[in-house]
This record gives sequence, C-alpha cells and structure tokens, in this order.
Amino acid sequence: MAVQDALPGRVGSGGNAVLNDQRVRGVIFQVLLIVAIVSFAWWIIHNTAVNLRAQGIEFGFDIMLDSAGFQINQTLIDYQETSSYVRVYFVGLFNTLLVSLIGIIMATIIGFVVGIARLSNNWIVAKAAYVYIEVLRNIPLLLQIFIWYFAVLRLLPPKREAIDLGPLGLLNIAGWYAPSPVFGPGFDFVVGAILLGLAASFLIRAWARRRQMATGERFPVFWTALALVVAVPIVVYFLADALTKGAPLTMEYATQGNFGPRGGTRIFPEFIGLLFALSFYTASFIAEIVRAGILAVPHGQTEASFSLGLRPGHTLRLVVIPQALRVIIPPLTSQYLNLTKNSSLAVAIAYPDLVSVFAGTALNQTGRAVEFILITMATYLAISLVTSAFMNWYNSRVALVER
Amino acid sequence: MSDIQAESDLTYVREEMLAEAPPPVRDKGAVAWLRKNLFSSWLNGAMTVLALYVIWVIVPPLLNFAFFDAVWEGASREACATQQQGGVQPNGWFGACWPYIGDYFAQFVYGRYPIDQRWRVDIVFALFVIGLVPLLIPSAPAKGPNIVYMAVIFPVVALLLLSGGDFEYGSFIGIGEALASAAYDAGFWIDYALLALVFLGLAFAWAKATGAHALEPIKLVLVIMAALAVLLFLLGFDFGLESVPTSVWGGLLVTLVIAVTGIAASLPLGILLALGRRSDMPIVRFVCVVFIEFWRGVPLITVLFMSSVMLPLFLPEGVSFDKLLRALIGVALFSAAYMAEVVRGGLQAIPKGQYEGADAVGLAYWQKMRLIILPQALTLVIPGIVNTFIGLFKDTTLVLIIGLFDFLGQIQSSFTDPSWATPVQAVTAYLFAAFVYWVFCFAMSRYSIFTENRLRAGHQR
Repeated sequence: MAVQDALPGRVGSGGNAVLNDQRVRGVIFQVLLIVAIVSFAWWIIHNTAVNLRAQGIEFGFDIMLDSAGFQINQTLIDYQETSSYVRVYFVGLFNTLLVSLIGIIMATIIGFVVGIARLSNNWIVAKAAYVYIEVLRNIPLLLQIFIWYFAVLRLLPPKREAIDLGPLGLLNIAGWYAPSPVFGPGFDFVVGAILLGLAASFLIRAWARRRQMATGERFPVFWTALALVVAVPIVVYFLADALTKGAPLTMEYATQGNFGPRGGTRIFPEFIGLLFALSFYTASFIAEIVRAGILAVPHGQTEASFSLGLRPGHTLRLVVIPQALRVIIPPLTSQYLNLTKNSSLAVAIAYPDLVSVFAGTALNQTGRAVEFILITMATYLAISLVTSAFMNWYNSRVALVER
Repeated sequence: MSDIQAESDLTYVREEMLAEAPPPVRDKGAVAWLRKNLFSSWLNGAMTVLALYVIWVIVPPLLNFAFFDAVWEGASREACATQQQGGVQPNGWFGACWPYIGDYFAQFVYGRYPIDQRWRVDIVFALFVIGLVPLLIPSAPAKGPNIVYMAVIFPVVALLLLSGGDFEYGSFIGIGEALASAAYDAGFWIDYALLALVFLGLAFAWAKATGAHALEPIKLVLVIMAALAVLLFLLGFDFGLESVPTSVWGGLLVTLVIAVTGIAASLPLGILLALGRRSDMPIVRFVCVVFIEFWRGVPLITVLFMSSVMLPLFLPEGVSFDKLLRALIGVALFSAAYMAEVVRGGLQAIPKGQYEGADAVGLAYWQKMRLIILPQALTLVIPGIVNTFIGLFKDTTLVLIIGLFDFLGQIQSSFTDPSWATPVQAVTAYLFAAFVYWVFCFAMSRYSIFTENRLRAGHQR
C-alpha cells in the first residue's frame, strides 16, 4: 500500500486514476492556459482589426516612409521636415541614447562619490551624503525633472542676456551655448595617433602579463599606456599644427549678439534639465549600491591582504574593488537600464526623445497608435534584453568559482 | 625567605592609587570630536571644508526662500510679486508664496471633486487610516479581521463612496437580454445565474471525474459566486449618492487611489507570477517569463500610452473603459512584474529542505506554498516589496502625461490660473509637492527598516 501511494498513478477512491495524476493535471492545466491565451490574443487582434476598419485605418508599416512634416529642434543626424518617419525614429532613438549615455556617466561619477562619502569617517561628509540620498530618491523623478526645467533653469537670465562661463561658453534661459570644435586638416592624424596608441597599449598589456607570468618581472603598463594614448597624440597635434599651418582643432566660441548669443553649439534647456534630473536621481540609487558593495567585502580580506604585505593601494585595487564590483555591477546595470527607460519622461518637457517624437508627435499626427507604440515598445525591449544578455554573460564570467 | 626579608626592608609603600588624570584637552569634548571626525588628516579637513561650502550654498538660500523671505498671507498675485512685476514686494525679492498653496490646497487634495461632496472623500481617507494604522503596528490586536477589512470591506465602501455606486450592468451572454428585454439589470442577473450554474456543473463534473468528494468544489464555487453577486449587487444598488465621474477626481485622491489599488493588485499578481516562473510546468514558466520580462523591459510611460490609446482598440466596439481604470490596469500590471521578481528572490532564498520537508509531510502544492514557503519568502523580501511600493507611489506621477490630474498634475494645472501667476509660483508649488511626496516615501522606507530590524531580531534570538 505504501509503495502504491508513492506511485504517480495513484488510484483514488473510485475516481479516474488518470485525472488524479499530477503530471496529467499539469498537462491539462497547461493546455487550458494555452487555449485561454490564444483565444484572448485572437479576441484582442480581432477587436483591433474591427475597430481599425471602423475608423478606416489599414494596419501596416508603409506609413513609416511618409514624410513627417514637423520640426525637431535637436537632431544628431540630418533631418528635415520632409524626412520620413523612419528618420524621426532614428532621431528620437539617438536623442534617447545620447541623454542616457551622458546621464549614465554622470550618475556613475556622482553615485560613486556619494556612496564612498557615505562610508567616510568624516562625520559631516557622511551625513551630507546620507541627506543627499534620502532626499533625492524619495522624490518622484518626474517632479525632479519639472523642478530642474520649470524652476531651476527658469532662474537663468533671459534670452538677450547671458552668464559668461568663460572658456565654457554662455548660459541663459534658452540653453547653454557651448564652444563647438572646428576640426582642421591635421586632426585625422591626431585621431589616428590615439587609435594606434590604444591598440599598442592593449598589445603591451598582453605582452607584459605574459612576461610577468613567465619571469615575474613587472612592466609599468599604466605609464606606458598613458604616454602612448595622451602624450604621443599631443606631440602629433603640435607637429600637425606646424606642418599644415593651421591648428588641427580650434574652438568656436559663442558671442553675445543683439538677439541673444550666436555661434557655438547650443545645448537645449530640455536636455540639460532632463540630464540633471536623471543623473542626480539615479546617482542616489547608485550611491546605495556602491555602499552596499563595499560593505559586502569582509574586513578580513583587507587584513589578509595587508598581512601578505600588499600596500594599501594594491589592497584596494587587487583585493577589495574586484570583490566589491562583483556585488555592485548587477544592480548597477539595472540602474543604467532604469535610467535609459526613465529618459522617456522627456515627453513631459518635450525633449525630443524616442517616446516624445515618435510615440508622441508622430503618433498624434498619423493616429496610427498600434504601429508606433509597438515599435517604441519593441525598441526599449530590445535595449533591455541586450543589456540583460550582456549582464548574464558578465555574471557568469565574474561569478565566484567555488571548488 | 629572602623575598620576605626584602619586602619588610622597604621603608615606604604607597597604599592609595593616584586619581586618574583628566585626558588631555585635545582628546576630549567637542575639540576631540572635531579632530577625530572632521579634521583627522589634511584631506579630511579639506573635505569637511568642501562639504560645509556645499551645505552653505544650498541650505541658507533654501531656508530663506521657504521661511525667512516667504510670504505667508495675501489674497492674490500682488502679494507675491515684486514691484517690477506689479506687486508689493521689493525688487529682487525671491521667496515662497504660501498663500497660493493655501488657496489651492483643497484642489490639490480633491481635484475638481464637487465641493459639496468632498465629505465622501474625507470619510474614505479616515476609513483608510483607521484600517491602516493598526495593521502597521505589530502589537495591535485582531490582525485577521483587520486584513479582511482592508482587503474586502474598505475597497467596496471606498468605491461606493467615491463614485457614488449605482453601477449598471448589461446582459453579457445575451440570453438574459432576450428573456428580460425591458429590465436592463434583470438581463444581467439572469446571465449571471446561468454562468453560476455552468460553473457549478463543471465543478461537479470535475469532482465526479477525479473521485473527490463532490461537496467541496461545489461549496467553493457557490461561495465565490455568491460573494461576487453580493459585491455586484452592492455596487449596483442606488444608495442615493450623487454620481461623481472619475474625470473630476483629482489631486492627492487620484494619487492615492492609483497607488493603493496598484499596491493591492500587484502583490497577489506578483506572487502568482513568481510562483509561475518557478513552476515545474514548462509552458506556465514560459508564459510567466515572457510576461515579466515584457513589462520590465518597457518604460512605464509607454505602458500608459498603450493603455490610453491602444486599450480602447482592443475592446469590442461600444465597450469603453474609464480613463482612470485604464491607467490603473497599466500601473498594476507593470508593478506586478517588478513585484514578481522581488518575490522570486524570496522563493529562491528559501532552503531546498523547506520544500522537501513540506513534500515529505504530504502537503499539496498550494498547501505547501501557503503554509510553508510563502510566509518565509515574503518576510525575507519585505524591504524589496516596500521598495516596489515606493517606486509605484513615485510612478503615479506619470499619469499626468496621459492627462489624468493626480497630485502633481493638479499642481501643474494650477499654473494656468492668472490670479497667482508670479515667477515664484512654480518654485513654491514644486517645493510643496516635493515635501509631500518625500514625506510619504520616506515614511514608507523608515517603516520598511523598522520591520526589517524587528524580523532580524527574531532571527538572532
């Protein structure tokens, strides 16, 4: 009897034995689930088709080739009013990626500084970092965007005046007029020198590592790389300057005109507001991640490394940071992803990101909700999935190998 | 022997100890604290000075704006505008305009909810607090009834009070419509009874087929269908309350409705999704993974766009959803996916022995989850759950982008009123909004830390 009970196909009291089998029940349940999902999907698609037909809209992506007919103030690629919606998509996508990328860099720097400050022995620094974190992460991001855009940046001087930032250009309510680089004829050589320097540094690093493994002798890789990537291009710069009789790189500065600043690269206040809000908000989360990561490395690791005779700098670089990074990187990536997704709040202040121009302006203009929303969602989904795939790969690479 | 001899030779032995000398001045009191905590090294000193400078740049102007230079009384924009701008303040004045907040306070809380009906909102707020506070205090008695109150009674009462009830349902199968074409409600109830009969029949058939006791599943179906009927009857009953459409709801009311509904819906849904993701059934697992990863991969704003422009297309012609309800569905599904990942973390942290132990004592799947696994897993991830709640609360602000007037949306819309339009209006309003959101979120995070410590104390004992 006991043996019989343990068998999967147990006979109940007079019922159908098959229906009481866990596996059969599992199969039945899953089949029902599939039927439910498929019929739900069919119902939705059917309704959508009927509704679209009633509105006289034909589903299809050929609309994307039509000319958009509206202007976008910030475009990283060539764009005119006559450009197609495909181009609108790329303009929006690049704007999203631009603000996300710069935001990620800023948030990482601020986050690491604040996170380390939070652990400082210095009472006032630690408390200031604590207050920063608790204030910034408990206020909705959208409100912070509004505060930067509608409150802080509105305090800047009006269009005809400007704050002179010296070498950084001019600043007023219409944006930041940054100096724009003008590339001279010799600049290609400088770029080439930097690229060659980078490649050479990687080769030297590999060689130095092999030599150290074999002989134990060490090579000053860092200083060599610095010389190759920074010093050599500088020499090339001046050589090019002398040879081609024109500086490879000059800066064009904005000047104060009668109707506001002219020249330079204008960086729009929408971009600045969104960037600041995203960076400071995300930095408060990164700071907590960094703090947790550093605290996660047991003190015994530092002590063990000291007793092996490593110097504090080496202890930090070779023992503490690699272990802290293992804890820090996964949540850090998800914060990067959050920042990228949160950049879609740009629509609230009309920064021309993907959601704002593509799922916003273009959608409203054409009324083709399904196509535009689907493409937008698919884009973000692709960004997320690629990042998580990379994360999984990285995690498996740095995962603790336990023997 | 010689030792004793030597001792007795001593002419002087000191018998009382010297009193302890006070520590050097530099090691005690405020000076020592400063040296140790602020100026232990040159670098530290420099950082202290830098931090003090940053505080000096931020804090005094903020305090000046909010308190010392602020206007506390006034009837219109003149009180908060400089002479250049046509007001009474000296030129260059920059301070908060609190009378504007006072003037608009009721709108920030209720939105455009009819003024003579606002007592209903007040009652809902009061009922919510009455239910929530004892739930949050660990030593308060009667947790069971309290949960029933918060999960069942409060939502129904709140919905009735806020909307006015008297919902109308039509026939949904069509048979009722044919039988009772005159009475709209009767058609629904006939259909409902038919549906209940179908479910009863299915339950009976399932019991017969599996050989289980027929009474149990039938009782279950009866109880569920009867409870649902009571609920629907109550919602459809005319209590004589004036109907208030959700389009006039606004302010903190909408923020709280979205946040509370989202929280209430996302937790059970998230638990189900997490269990599905760790299920043995491959198709269930696949469906849950796809669902979770989809919602986690897209920004909430696209979800809200979808719910506002695409959801109406998904429904049959003539059926339309309330705008607020559409946003609610989007928010709930979105946060359910995040909740699912938090709960999954808890499920994975439970040692395998707990699962095997539950199997060994012969518990079925749902018994095992309900009695053994979930209570442990959920307590483990309380901080994560509260974090998701905080995120959800902050995310409610996004509904203003699709044209709902939540707290922040109401504040934004107050800027269009010319009677308070001054350069300090936006700054004042945002300061106020930031403070309100901060209080809510900070309170939640403190409570989460409190719970965490309480539970950890239990582990250490």
